[in-house]
Amino acid sequence: MNTMNILVPLVVAIPLIGAAITLALGRRHSRQIAVSVVSLTLVVLAGAVLLVLVDRHGPAVVHVGGWQAPWGIVLVVDRLSALMLLISALMLLGVLLFAVGQGIVDGDSETPVSIFHPSYLVLSAGLFNAFIAGDLFNLYVGFEMLLSASYVLLTLGGTGARIRAGVTYIVVSLVSSVLFLSAIALIYGATGTVTLALLAERIPALPSGVQLILGLMLLLAFSVKAAVFPLSFWLPDSYPTAPAPVTAVFAGLLTKVGVYAILRTQTLLFPENPFSVPLLVVAMLTMLVGILGALAQADIKRMLSFTLVSHIGYLIFGIAIGTPLALAATIFYLVHHISVQTTLFLCAGLVERVGGTTSLARLGGMLTAAPSVAVLFFVGALNLGGIPPFSGFLGKLALFQAGAELGTPLAYAGLAAGAATSLLTLYAVARAWNMAFWRPRREVENYESSMLDRLTDDPHDEGTVITKTVSPLMVGATAAMLALTLCLTAFAGPVFAFAARAAADIEAPATYIDAVFPDGTP
Amino acid sequence: MSASLTLVVLMAVLYAAGVYIMLERSLTRVLIGFVLVGNATNLLIFIMSGRPGSSPIITGTALDAGMADPVPQVLMLTAIVINFGITALILALIYRSWWLARLGDEGDDLADEHAGETASSSEENFRSSSEDDAAVQASLDAGEEEAR
Repeated sequence: MNTMNILVPLVVAIPLIGAAITLALGRRHSRQIAVSVVSLTLVVLAGAVLLVLVDRHGPAVVHVGGWQAPWGIVLVVDRLSALMLLISALMLLGVLLFAVGQGIVDGDSETPVSIFHPSYLVLSAGLFNAFIAGDLFNLYVGFEMLLSASYVLLTLGGTGARIRAGVTYIVVSLVSSVLFLSAIALIYGATGTVTLALLAERIPALPSGVQLILGLMLLLAFSVKAAVFPLSFWLPDSYPTAPAPVTAVFAGLLTKVGVYAILRTQTLLFPENPFSVPLLVVAMLTMLVGILGALAQADIKRMLSFTLVSHIGYLIFGIAIGTPLALAATIFYLVHHISVQTTLFLCAGLVERVGGTTSLARLGGMLTAAPSVAVLFFVGALNLGGIPPFSGFLGKLALFQAGAELGTPLAYAGLAAGAATSLLTLYAVARAWNMAFWRPRREVENYESSMLDRLTDDPHDEGTVITKTVSPLMVGATAAMLALTLCLTAFAGPVFAFAARAAADIEAPATYIDAVFPDGTP
Repeated sequence: MSASLTLVVLMAVLYAAGVYIMLERSLTRVLIGFVLVGNATNLLIFIMSGRPGSSPIITGTALDAGMADPVPQVLMLTAIVINFGITALILALIYRSWWLARLGDEGDDLADEHAGETASSSEENFRSSSEDDAAVQASLDAGEEEAR
């Protein structure tokens, strides 16, 4: 049990220390790389050990500095947190290797510039902090850490396009952060605590009107971060302009931490699921509006950004239903979607380097030019679209089962929207694959097809085609991450069983409360 | 819970003004709006801390009973630090977008006015300018003495 508790603060401390060292190392790129890779590898190991130990012995709780909750800061790792820690650490490590590979090819003088590694590690630390936070305010601090780092990463290099996209992103994030902080202030005023375990007892005792306002404020703040329709407008505009590895991390993890926060607070603080109906409606709208947006995009990165938004809808759908099966399916789908979306954005990065652009109007003949990239993108795309037997299909099937079990007309409507979204996703990614990979290079000029009619390209695309070489490390990192998504398919049974246990934990908050307050709540 | 009406009104005004200014297109105004809204939120946390009291230090005397709640103060302090950092970052962003708007991407390629200087030549420049400073200072001192 003791080793377990030592590991908990380390997952935040290691990346932060690494960030400090990489910042001090400045221009010595090879050492910066070594420090970053070692830090994230250590976190992966810590995450794996925590996952096993937490599954065996129950939640790990650390009172930082020896101050007992509710006065001190409490860190809690339960099954859900441990799973999120492990998968996000793996993704961060994979993307880091990809970025390193890209840096080696480009030469040290260009990207990644020396600020990349410190920001990346601070982003990781913030992400891990958000996952293990045992109180709302620490969750806020985790969010701010990862957002501040993401502002730097998004505007890396400071080109006009990135500053423009960065401003939208920063202003939207700031508004949601202020909303979150105001919600925390009101919750403190109403209950006198910010510790989640204590709030789980005190919030249900409040008058229902007060509960509704507090819940709605939290939900709004997190929905902006998670890009739930109609608060998703900022995402497809800001993500694609960043460098490929940065976009991959943002797409895979930043929106998911918002979903994690919704999952955590809705189950723990509002166990009666008062927002079930509105959440179901926005889940449907998120799926449909997102995927319809994806269909109109001629740019692979923008198309993927829209599918990202639409697939957030599946997660919200699961949270809205709120039964143990639905929550288990949500957790499984969360893990699946983090890995597959990150991998696909890395593939888009590879396409951009080999083909010189991500615009479908100008790509072609990639199958012969880069067969390995073609295979990676193809498998990832099928997985995203939910073709059996991939994990995307299994996750969606579980979500649909949960929806059918609930059996309300709205749940069936959500089911239909989910099925339609799945098919349309397949259409969007298959079209992208056909155009970019299958279509011969010589047909690109004067190509006419109903599939390409009325597609909008990236409005800020300059129409240039600049191909760059791809290092084996970049392809290797992408392939390794794709292999991980395939593992989710091959070992879907154990992973889903774990997700079900995690869901049972958050479904019954008593486990969580007992872990934080073994002698009963004050 | 009791709260000072002045603080509540101040908070409301800050929120209203902040949100209004944030809706402007200019990035500088957005920043000002963010600072106002951030401070309004800090005030909200402060108001939520309840009735005022003595400093939150455990003395073991009767004073402890009337202690102010220390937790919101900690939260505010953290929020202030975070707002400060973000404000600095946005200022840098504003400067960068101003730079791009005025000079465009070519601005980065402008000739460095100190290009070609070696360590000794730049030291020479600094020495001559500090000699100028000393001469100016001397004439100022002389003028002051004359006035006396």
